[in-house]
Amino acid sequence: MIQAILVFNNHGKPRLVRFYQRFPEEIQQQIVRETFHLVLKRDDNICNFLEGGSLIGGSDYKLIYRHYATLYFVFCVDSSESELGILDLIQVFVETLDKCFENVCELDLIFHMDKVHYILQEVVMGGMVLETNMNEIVAQIEAQNRLEKSEVSVLGP
Amino acid sequence: LPARERNGMRFNCLFPAFSSPGKSKEAEIKRINKELANIRSKFKGDKALDGYSKKKYVCKLLFIFLLGHDIDFGHMEAVNLLSSNKYTEKQIGYLFISVLVNSNSELIRLINNAIKNDLASRNPTFMCLALHCIANVGSREMGEAFAADIPRILVAGDSMDSVKQSAALCLLRLYKASPDLVPMGEWTARVVHLLNDQHMGVVTAAVSLITCLCKKNPDDFKTCISLAVSRLSRIVSSASTDLQDYTYYFVPAPWLSVKLLRLLQCYPPPEDAAVKGRLVECLETVLNKAQEPPKSKKVQHSNAKNAILFETISLIIHYDSEPNLLVRACNQLGQFLQHRETNLRYLALESMCTLASSEFSHEAVKTHIDTVINALKTERDVSVRQRAADLLYAMCDRSNAKQIVSEMLRYLETADYAIREEIVLKVAILAEKYAVDYSWYVDTILNLIRIAGDYVSEEVWYRVLQIVTNRDDVQGYAAKTVFEALQAPACHENMVKVGGYILGEFGNLIAGDPRSSPPVQFSLLHSKFHLCSVATRALLLSTYIKFINLFPETKATIQGVLRAGSQLRNADVELQQRAVEYLTLSSVASTDVLATVLEEMPPFPERESSILAKLKRKKGPGAGSALDDGRRDPSSNDINGGVEPTPSTVVSPRGWAIGAWGPPGATPSHLLLRTPSELGCREPPGGRLLRRPSYQGGNGDSSPPPPPRFVCKNNGVLFENQLLQIGVKSEFRQNLGRMYLFYGNKTSVQFQNFSPTVVHPGDLQTHILPLAVQTKRVAAQVDGGAQVQQVLNIECLRDFLTPPLLSVRFRYGGAPQSLTLKLPVTINKFFQPTEMAAQDFFQRWKQLSLPQQEAQKIFKANHPMDAEVTKAKLLGFGSALLDNVDPNPENFVGAGIIQTKALQVGCLLRLEPNAQAQMYRLTLRTSKEPVSRHLCELLAQQF
Repeated sequence: MIQAILVFNNHGKPRLVRFYQRFPEEIQQQIVRETFHLVLKRDDNICNFLEGGSLIGGSDYKLIYRHYATLYFVFCVDSSESELGILDLIQVFVETLDKCFENVCELDLIFHMDKVHYILQEVVMGGMVLETNMNEIVAQIEAQNRLEKSEVSVLGP
Repeated sequence: LPARERNGMRFNCLFPAFSSPGKSKEAEIKRINKELANIRSKFKGDKALDGYSKKKYVCKLLFIFLLGHDIDFGHMEAVNLLSSNKYTEKQIGYLFISVLVNSNSELIRLINNAIKNDLASRNPTFMCLALHCIANVGSREMGEAFAADIPRILVAGDSMDSVKQSAALCLLRLYKASPDLVPMGEWTARVVHLLNDQHMGVVTAAVSLITCLCKKNPDDFKTCISLAVSRLSRIVSSASTDLQDYTYYFVPAPWLSVKLLRLLQCYPPPEDAAVKGRLVECLETVLNKAQEPPKSKKVQHSNAKNAILFETISLIIHYDSEPNLLVRACNQLGQFLQHRETNLRYLALESMCTLASSEFSHEAVKTHIDTVINALKTERDVSVRQRAADLLYAMCDRSNAKQIVSEMLRYLETADYAIREEIVLKVAILAEKYAVDYSWYVDTILNLIRIAGDYVSEEVWYRVLQIVTNRDDVQGYAAKTVFEALQAPACHENMVKVGGYILGEFGNLIAGDPRSSPPVQFSLLHSKFHLCSVATRALLLSTYIKFINLFPETKATIQGVLRAGSQLRNADVELQQRAVEYLTLSSVASTDVLATVLEEMPPFPERESSILAKLKRKKGPGAGSALDDGRRDPSSNDINGGVEPTPSTVVSPRGWAIGAWGPPGATPSHLLLRTPSELGCREPPGGRLLRRPSYQGGNGDSSPPPPPRFVCKNNGVLFENQLLQIGVKSEFRQNLGRMYLFYGNKTSVQFQNFSPTVVHPGDLQTHILPLAVQTKRVAAQVDGGAQVQQVLNIECLRDFLTPPLLSVRFRYGGAPQSLTLKLPVTINKFFQPTEMAAQDFFQRWKQLSLPQQEAQKIFKANHPMDAEVTKAKLLGFGSALLDNVDPNPENFVGAGIIQTKALQVGCLLRLEPNAQAQMYRLTLRTSKEPVSRHLCELLAQQF
């Protein structure tokens, strides 16, 4: 199971935080900070897995992360997930973001935070992998966009 | 406005501070507070907000929350959005609810209502939103409300694929959170058949669900094996174009394959020969494909392919029955050990660890020893090095122990600080387990202390003392070696401890050599004395008195040392006491008495290595498995009996005997009672457990004790320092409690940003919070000399072991202060006393006779043994006291029920004081094992 999905930038500013295990809000922030410090000190091109920080449950959990330009994508998972599988899932998620936003960048995550959540929701649900097929995910998002448009055009200004 | 812009919610116009990272934190906070105030006023304003504005503000609140600011309003607006007919409004409403979960029950009722409507709407988009919300929140309340509906939606013939997919995962989430709410039923058979579904997404979700459900109900889901095998076989043998969209970088359906292989790991190998044959064929195909040249140079291609390969290897290891496949798997992993991708090297090392414990492949794993040692030396990444160390530990046996131990010792010199202690423990365990001659063992441990003295915990050096004491064949060698080690100009304090102890016991064995004559030994030890800590100096004083017995010729010198003002008038009570007592003993007692009192230590009883217990504690169960199973090394037990486990609660009969002549107080005050077994420091080495049986409960016990003072009482001062005093007053009834915390500012300066919060770490395995704690906020400023009060409402949902934490932060004169305390909420607070007759008591006592239902502890009295005080404590603990039950009127018998929301746990207890021995025996029986143990721990601290 995926316990948490954390996306933050090179300065540790959270850009997307989703917890699937309940933690008090203050601890959530501490986990983001702790995780940031754990991955920050790692060089690029070394392994993408490491043991979880103490707040999230230590060595029973793994942090699986990828670093894209200014953003770190970190998935915290328990032993029931395949490490390489999750690594690819991160890639799928990012590629999907890229398709939906046409060259996604950090600002898209800020200005379209709701959208990003909806895309994530099509990939991961309650900590479990829902869909891995990018075309399917994009199709769902496009359907949402159509619904949204129809509501705006009917009711909008 | 164009639609795109409106929907995009241009935050940069609203929050310019966020897009420019240079702005200070204060500016950001100011900006956000202003924005929050604005939103709050909009929500409260008379003018009804239209859907779009509500959506916009709710979205902003989400963003502010993301940045780490508390949001305590907006829930109501979000709930209104849920009930909207517009998809976009509903969607943002659900998002808010599932990110900012709130436990307000009125709110939950409204949310559940909205969800119920959406589930019944037959609109697949709305149904999916509702299912997502249930899964993302996953609370018990939602489980209670919907657990019965979801299986129906899942197997309904007319549900859309996307709904089925969501329903499967939703059910899985609810089952994980509260398994009791999801009853198996007629639907289970139909869920298994979802493995045949046309839609791969549905199959993936169904496999996840079944993998979880079948762990508890393997028989109900047994039919999934053959379905999973045939599905897997179809995927594995398909060409990369067959599955179209579910082909990922030329690999057909990698995620589904991985999930199917995981599912199969829940079961033993298939019994049906045809199914098994087909599966073995699949596994072979995967192994074969791994050897084929890659279809793409992209890393995604190799990741996806190898994800399947690693899972296949896990399954092969799990079956542990096909030697041919196991060896192939091992060779495959061997190739990865030198792969240029770090991730693959990491995973290969990790998988090999499990492979090393199979008897079929252990030898094959051993052939890679040089590569692994090389990884330990050269890997750039500490995560990988750690896996290499783990693998060396797992592959170690008698044939390669010397090589592995020496490599690990060499690695230790440069190892990362974070893993040094673990390496030290592993080296110590391997050295003990595979020692052929004990001189090697002694050398290894002394090397450990030399290289990484700071990381050598007490367990390690206690253990070497136990072993040397128990084996007379190594004592002379040990004495000689420590003597030599102590000659180094700078040696670690742990070395002085070990040296002092061993020379005090066995120094006579090397006294014949003029280079290590008694005066030389003494002056060598004494040259270290002044640089050592109090505990070590105390140990050395005991060594000196032992020397007086061993070597009468040193008596005058040593008496001189003891008599010196720096000892006799030492500011430290322990040192002073020892000096005074030892001096008197040496002058008063006859040689015979001296020889008896200071006799050589008796051998320690064999028991589980305390080091192993420590490693297990560090790494969780299974970490010590390389030692636990004697399978690979049947000859080990006869030589190295030290690792034979004995139940840690058994107290050897001598425990009572020695305890019986022990003094009543916590620190012995009479010399004659300081038997040789107390030689050394206050915290006795492992073997000294004899005298302090209560220490044994400490082995493997991971739950930290709550504040012991508050176990039997509800009011008092919880914490006090120069700045702050925290008082507590509490009352409990049934499964509910109310606690008042009083924060007193002891200074004359105002505390700012004062924020106390209560956190409960919860149970990591089940994700259920056992306690619901509601707090009211307190004012952010506390004036000098003022006191503020905070009320906590506590509801016990289920049994728990760890108390909630109170974390208090504030600024005092500009400096941030923070402290974290354990709140005095322990499971016994929810005790309800129960009266019963002797006959009933015995009947129930017998019903709870399974070994795991009972917890027992024998411990020494820490307080005077007064029957009235004991009674008061037991009543304070919460149980009823039952008279005329125990035939022995000295004993205490009690009964009670622990009330939690989820269940009630009946508890029976019996406390037997032994006034003569100054000890107690406490027995707890309850229907839940952890509760018995925990209550026993809690109560035993009280006497």
